[in-house]
Amino acid sequence: MPPPSASGVRRRVTDYLSPREPIPAGVYVGLGVVGFAGVLLVWSALTYGGFVTALFLPTPHRVLLAGIQQFTQFGFATDILMSTYRVMAGFLAAAVIGVPLGLLMGTFKAVEALIEPLVGFIRYMPASAFIPLFILWVGIGDLEKIAIIFVGSFFQLILMIAVVASSVPKEMLETAYTLGAGRLQVIRRVLLPASLPGILDTLRIIVGWAWTYIIVAELVAAESGIGYMIINAQRMLQTGAIIFGILAIGFLGIVTDYGFKWLHRWLFPWSA
Amino acid sequence: MDAPIKLDIRHVSQHYRSGGHEVTAIDDVSLTIRNKEFATILGPSGCGKTTLLRIVAGLVRPTAGQVHRDGHAITGPGRDRGMVFQSYTLFPWLTVRQNIQFGLQVTGLAKDEQETIAQQFVAKVGLRGFEHAYPKALSGGMKQRVAIARALANNPDVLLLDEPFGALDAQTRALMQELLTQIWEEFHQTILFVTHDVEEAIFLSDRVFVMTARPGRIKAEIDVPLERPRRYEMKSSETFLHLKKRALDLIREEAIKATQYKDGE
Repeated sequence: MPPPSASGVRRRVTDYLSPREPIPAGVYVGLGVVGFAGVLLVWSALTYGGFVTALFLPTPHRVLLAGIQQFTQFGFATDILMSTYRVMAGFLAAAVIGVPLGLLMGTFKAVEALIEPLVGFIRYMPASAFIPLFILWVGIGDLEKIAIIFVGSFFQLILMIAVVASSVPKEMLETAYTLGAGRLQVIRRVLLPASLPGILDTLRIIVGWAWTYIIVAELVAAESGIGYMIINAQRMLQTGAIIFGILAIGFLGIVTDYGFKWLHRWLFPWSA
Repeated sequence: MDAPIKLDIRHVSQHYRSGGHEVTAIDDVSLTIRNKEFATILGPSGCGKTTLLRIVAGLVRPTAGQVHRDGHAITGPGRDRGMVFQSYTLFPWLTVRQNIQFGLQVTGLAKDEQETIAQQFVAKVGLRGFEHAYPKALSGGMKQRVAIARALANNPDVLLLDEPFGALDAQTRALMQELLTQIWEEFHQTILFVTHDVEEAIFLSDRVFVMTARPGRIKAEIDVPLERPRRYEMKSSETFLHLKKRALDLIREEAIKATQYKDGE
């Protein structure tokens, strides 16, 4: 048994099981690695142990090899670029229109009354259901994929941004009024800065959804993109390539997510 | 005390509908506050004292009656009436000094003047060294100091304080009360203060208006003849204890009544 530390209190495993209590940073990161390693371990055991056939689930190194082959022989880098371009175009279009509209909706009851029922109605329509319609309208090019991303993110985005704007404490606006600010100043100097962290958080969540829609969009009538690669691999029974494609999306997603988190810390050091 | 009347609250009533019932929050309140007077509205929770203060601030329009400042009817919020709220209302994206500058900035004062004035008030409330700190780094007491400094930097004619120390611990609270009396000695703004704390009301004020439980009416008016400047030792003086007993008796009756209402404030 190791001696107790200088403070006289030694950490025990049971300390980590107290509800909501923080744990050391090293342990936190370590557990994250263990989570990934655990999945890899089970996967390895199932495949190298010969419990499943390679057609259903290839071994980890076969998936890796299939991935390298995708990059070297089938131009997977272009697929990634195409998908990223479509996601970003649709997402940015939704953000550029949706953020101001959402802010107006969360700020003015009249705008809320005008838009909310309509948006609430449309957002229940699955984005994928629009694919046939958009193909009819704009063909099977990039524009159709971008339109799917737009529809999938725009209507959710408006409502979430409206909630951000409407949850700015009323006392904060009232304080500004008693300090002599007019309506426009209250909007520009209080409502807007107070909403910014919430806006960025919303965009982070929405871009994640945009990534899920791009695959659906690229499964139908596409000639490039990660979704196209996956559906192609399925036709050829290349299970390894399918899995590699899925893992690639997960990787792009987590990179985007951390990018947004870093941006949040950098832009809003004052935010709790 | 022959000072001119600063605030004239005339027959103010406030009704609102709640669950299909008509609730009277304030019932025909009339009172006058003189220039440079420190007046406090003391009442049990739910008596409508905060609503009354918000009406004076111009944030709420009364159902009936009017409030006049220097003979002019109040129609909305304005920089002549600074307000400090109970909840922490600092703008979290602005530093301590930027928060204090806010009112000066919206009125378009030159930037170097804004900074000079803000810096003076940083010092007045004892926050030198924290000018560039964000509110998240401040304690509750420090946050309320910034809120007071922010309201004062605007040089308002009337200062409205809505239980500003309600969320602070007893020791911090006592220190904040002393700070506020010091500030009042220096600036002599007309102050309308709202609290449910009897000791706080007497220690700070020239006059205390005791309000009834809902519907809120003025039940009594207590003059506080304690000398200025106020010092914390006065809290154990005979006059203070006598006034405190009187106010406690009045407020206790109302507090008991207030517990008979189901909904709180």
